[in-house]
Amino acid sequence: MTAGANGQAAVLDVANLETTFTTPEGEVKAVSGVNFAVQAGEAVGIVGESGSGKSQIFMSIMGLLASNGRAQGSVKFHGQEILGLPVAELNKIRGARMSMIFQDPMTSLNPYLTVSRQLTEVLVTHKGMSETEARRTAIDMLDRVQIPEAAQRFDMYPHEFSGGMRQRVMIAMALLCQPELLIADEPTTALDVTVQAQILELISELRRQSNMALTLITHDMGVIAGLCDRVLVMYAGRVVEAAPVGPLFKDPQHPYTAGLLRSMPRLDEVMHERLTTIAGQPPNLQRLPAGCAFRNRCDRQIEVCARELPALRPIAPERSKACHLPAL
Amino acid sequence: MLQYFLKRLGGAIPTLFIIITVSFFLVHAAPGGPFDTERRMTKEIEANLKHAYHLDESVPQQYLRYLNGLLHGDFGPSFQSKDFTVSELIVGGFPTSLGLGSLAMLLALVVGLAAGILAAFRQNTATDYTVIGVSMVGIAVPNFVMAPILSLVFGLWLKVLPVGSWDKWSNIVLPVVALALPQIATIARLMRGSMLEVLRSNYVRTARAKGLPNRITIMRHAIRAAIIPVVSYLGPGVANIITGSVVIEQIYGIPGIGRYFVQGALNRDYTLVMGVTIFYGVIIILCNLVADLLYGVLDPKVRYD
Amino acid sequence: MADVTVQDLSQVAIEEVAGRSLWADARHRFLKNKAAVTSLAILAVITITCFAAPYLGLRPQDDVNYDMMPAAPPDFAAGYYFGSDDNGRDLFVRTLFGGQVSLTVATVATLVSLFIGVVWGAMSGFIGGRIDGGMMRLVDILYSIPFIFFVILLTVVFGRYIVLIYFAIGSVSWLDMARIVRGQTLGLKRKEFIEAAHANGISTWAIVWRHIIPNCLGPVVVYVTLTIPNVILTESFISFLGMGVQEPESSWGTLVSEGAKVIETAPWMLLPGIVLAVTLLCLNFIGDGLRDALDPKDR
Repeated sequence: MTAGANGQAAVLDVANLETTFTTPEGEVKAVSGVNFAVQAGEAVGIVGESGSGKSQIFMSIMGLLASNGRAQGSVKFHGQEILGLPVAELNKIRGARMSMIFQDPMTSLNPYLTVSRQLTEVLVTHKGMSETEARRTAIDMLDRVQIPEAAQRFDMYPHEFSGGMRQRVMIAMALLCQPELLIADEPTTALDVTVQAQILELISELRRQSNMALTLITHDMGVIAGLCDRVLVMYAGRVVEAAPVGPLFKDPQHPYTAGLLRSMPRLDEVMHERLTTIAGQPPNLQRLPAGCAFRNRCDRQIEVCARELPALRPIAPERSKACHLPAL
Repeated sequence: MLQYFLKRLGGAIPTLFIIITVSFFLVHAAPGGPFDTERRMTKEIEANLKHAYHLDESVPQQYLRYLNGLLHGDFGPSFQSKDFTVSELIVGGFPTSLGLGSLAMLLALVVGLAAGILAAFRQNTATDYTVIGVSMVGIAVPNFVMAPILSLVFGLWLKVLPVGSWDKWSNIVLPVVALALPQIATIARLMRGSMLEVLRSNYVRTARAKGLPNRITIMRHAIRAAIIPVVSYLGPGVANIITGSVVIEQIYGIPGIGRYFVQGALNRDYTLVMGVTIFYGVIIILCNLVADLLYGVLDPKVRYD
Repeated sequence: MADVTVQDLSQVAIEEVAGRSLWADARHRFLKNKAAVTSLAILAVITITCFAAPYLGLRPQDDVNYDMMPAAPPDFAAGYYFGSDDNGRDLFVRTLFGGQVSLTVATVATLVSLFIGVVWGAMSGFIGGRIDGGMMRLVDILYSIPFIFFVILLTVVFGRYIVLIYFAIGSVSWLDMARIVRGQTLGLKRKEFIEAAHANGISTWAIVWRHIIPNCLGPVVVYVTLTIPNVILTESFISFLGMGVQEPESSWGTLVSEGAKVIETAPWMLLPGIVLAVTLLCLNFIGDGLRDALDPKDR
């Protein structure tokens, strides 16, 4: 699945990505054999629990792994291999053609520099703009992300902004160079519920305006529903199901996906006594059970699940799952 | 920012006041007087001396007189060096001490910061362990133990640096290094720890994600944030250099204020000891103010308290 | 809805985390710190040797041997492990007895500073409000004053008596302790058992003494081990200058002072300085080890 509808190379093409961390207790494979592609203008959601590897995929792609991490495989950005690219070369891409925003806006901005400085440096570096030009462009962008009185606030420090506003600043910063791909790693998790909706709406709107591709990482299925075209469900470092958003929600084919959907409280359902959960805990990546990693929490485990790791195989056009069960 | 500075200044003044007052009353609470150790005098001469030095006035009166004198830069006469006033002694020794202290502080900052940054980038390698090890030794070993060792090793055995009086360039190396060493160690340690923390921070991750050249990420984002604890240390650092200089000047026979202080202390020259204490106190307070200002420039959050 | 049976749950591989008490955890971490443990051992050896000196069958410290005059280098055969000083006295023995003085001053002065600091910090933190503000402002002000000068001033004025030195040094070393204890107290104040004590009508002082102070133990222990080297340093500093411990007593500081004067002709005279430095280093490692054990951060 590497060519888009009109035959162009995918914006992002990940093949066999494996990310390993070396710890005192041994090696931990945070990402095992992940394959997916993101087409121009497409919004792909990556959903999974903490520790499922969803963030580490993109840390690997952006070259932001911790020093004890190693990524292998292939990551192509517009056909160009970027995994293992020297930092100087990677710097031409990240922040300019491919940007990332992070979960915690409170700590993701440098508290000792003005917001103006943190914005203009992106433009000066990537577009060679002068300070004046860069300031103008940046203030424009702050307006677009709906920061009130952007010009007056421009030279303030991050601590003078609220959490929601800081995340808007982060978004502005990421979009300054009109990137082709925005990677959003749990952009609303640390925010108030009301602000969450606003931020998601903002991202959605900005995407529409510029036809930018988006990968949205989250553990919240509700966030996916409103924003994404396609979804990848991750468990224990592997993709366990991939599908367009509609079919995934209507007709999940992996027990884990089904469990995630069931555990979402819904307004239109009768109130049960308890919230539904998926029994058990996420697995310890250093001691994965043989066979399917999910089997100990699965209510439909069959004999083969303990023996053989299910591969991700296509089950319908644009749908694939990693499960031994025939169909749910 | 102005408000912050004024607040800091406001804190400095009571401090100075306390130093002056405590010194003064301590000295005047002393059993016996400054002339007791001298050869016995007749009652008349003693009375005359007392009158000349205003020691026959009541203590509060003497205090006010002293304060008044301070405002005019007069620290009173030296009781032991009959030919000089304390001010003259201080002014005479100050340039030397200033030179020694400034060079030491400069050396400490340059070497300490460089070592700390280097160690942070090469964490858990031989370089890192060396820096940590040398720092521990530098912090723990008192400079009056280190100075003779340095003289021995570099002066006598290796014959690299001369151990002489404070006149030629080559002679100042050993005293400056001996004085700077504990501060180099402290600053290196502080910078290393701070740098490690900053390099792992979310905002440095953002800087990298923005595709900023490594140079800019390190200089503008990392070092600027990491240096703040070192700036905090500047105040105590200057105080440490001042106290260290007392011993270093003694060991190397450098004619600075520290040496006068020690002699004054051993000779029970009250005004001299008091004067030097207050003088050094003023310098420390001034340096603390400068450090506070610098801190305010670097850390915007502090300005808006 | 998933049918989860009890049997299913028992098959779930939940990682078992063995519970450990806070102190056991800290002790475990401390023992893993090789530098700290080695330092503890070395420190113990030094301390025990110093205080056991009178019983080790060594020659007395003021025993003058004219054959070993002026300063003679170490002579293991004759039993002069550190050689002799300018007056023909056994330097090793003098170092041991000097150690007694230095370590005693360290302990007493630290106890003085501990007492002042803990009480000040606990009362300040517990009473809170303007009194707390005032007490801590005083600490801030005192922080920027160069203490050694005041200790020296004290000795100039009142004479160089050993007891005075204990108190002089102790009374200028309590600031960090006060800050730490105040911080701890502020945290503890909000806990329920304090409220309960209050509700039972126990006086402020009793609460501070019986509940707050015992619960600050962890950080206090760390800071005590960091205060001791500072105290030893202060005492050595003033003794080095000749304003501290006086003859016939001698501390490591006075011994270093004597050694520094003749360093070129008798380098072994600096050996007491080495012992001093090693002691301080050990104390620093132990203090760091304790701090890491009780409050681990990625180093």
